[in-house]
Amino acid sequence: MTIKTDAVGKEWPTTTYEVGKEKIGEYARVVGLENPVHFDREAARGAGYRDVVAPPMFCVVYSAPALGPAMFDPEVGMNFAAMVHGGQEFEWGEPACSGDEITTTAKCLEIFEKDGKGFYVFETVSVNQDGGQVVRGTWTNIVRGV
Amino acid sequence: MAELNTGDQIAELKVTPDKYLPHRYAGASGDFNPIHIDPEFAKAVGLPNTILHGLYMMGLTARAATEAAGGDPRTLKRLSVQFRGMGAPETEIVVAGTVKSAENGVATIDVVAAQGDNQTIRNAEAEVQV
Repeated sequence: MTIKTDAVGKEWPTTTYEVGKEKIGEYARVVGLENPVHFDREAARGAGYRDVVAPPMFCVVYSAPALGPAMFDPEVGMNFAAMVHGGQEFEWGEPACSGDEITTTAKCLEIFEKDGKGFYVFETVSVNQDGGQVVRGTWTNIVRGV
Repeated sequence: MAELNTGDQIAELKVTPDKYLPHRYAGASGDFNPIHIDPEFAKAVGLPNTILHGLYMMGLTARAATEAAGGDPRTLKRLSVQFRGMGAPETEIVVAGTVKSAENGVATIDVVAAQGDNQTIRNAEAEVQV
């Protein structure tokens, strides 16, 4: 069976997320981070940040909403019952701090078949209110038996 | 700033997520996929039980790499991982890493996260500023 690749290059509408101090703290506690720059405004400013700073992997909180419509797009046509999250890459730029407004765009980079599996690769690019790139994510989903 | 040289092992990070960790991670991250929080649903789709979020284990991988570089979150510049084995709650996760290269102020660390023999994250590579 030939995999459908019509969605390669497609972009979806942007989403915007306002980063908040307590949400950063909630995420940081779950992964066991204790650095006060994630909880305490004075500590963060003392370390040279504008405000309480998010851990790098907090990027999933503000970038994943842009990816939702892409994943469920019938033009992409992923079979969720046979899908696993196979790989993930993030490249970080500007730090994300409390009060930042981060806008994310999702795009389909690649769809291909290998060893009977379908690979669906999406990119998210997140920029802050000053236009600075905060993170670029590459999300690889693998679907068995395409 | 931490000093990292080619061949160095980074400090192992050992974490045993409790039974309700996936619920707290779901709340913190917004990912409420029921395979992570509902044992009946997980079993109905053929899993042994609820499984950990891959991105939670990637979060631990990021934490280990950041701590190796001295703990400042802005030192982590890039992290790529492959999710392989499924992670289970109430089982110790060990994140280990080896510095593959260190030049021009950037160290590249090969990282693995495992529960016993089950490597849940492999072929992971972190770039940190040192």
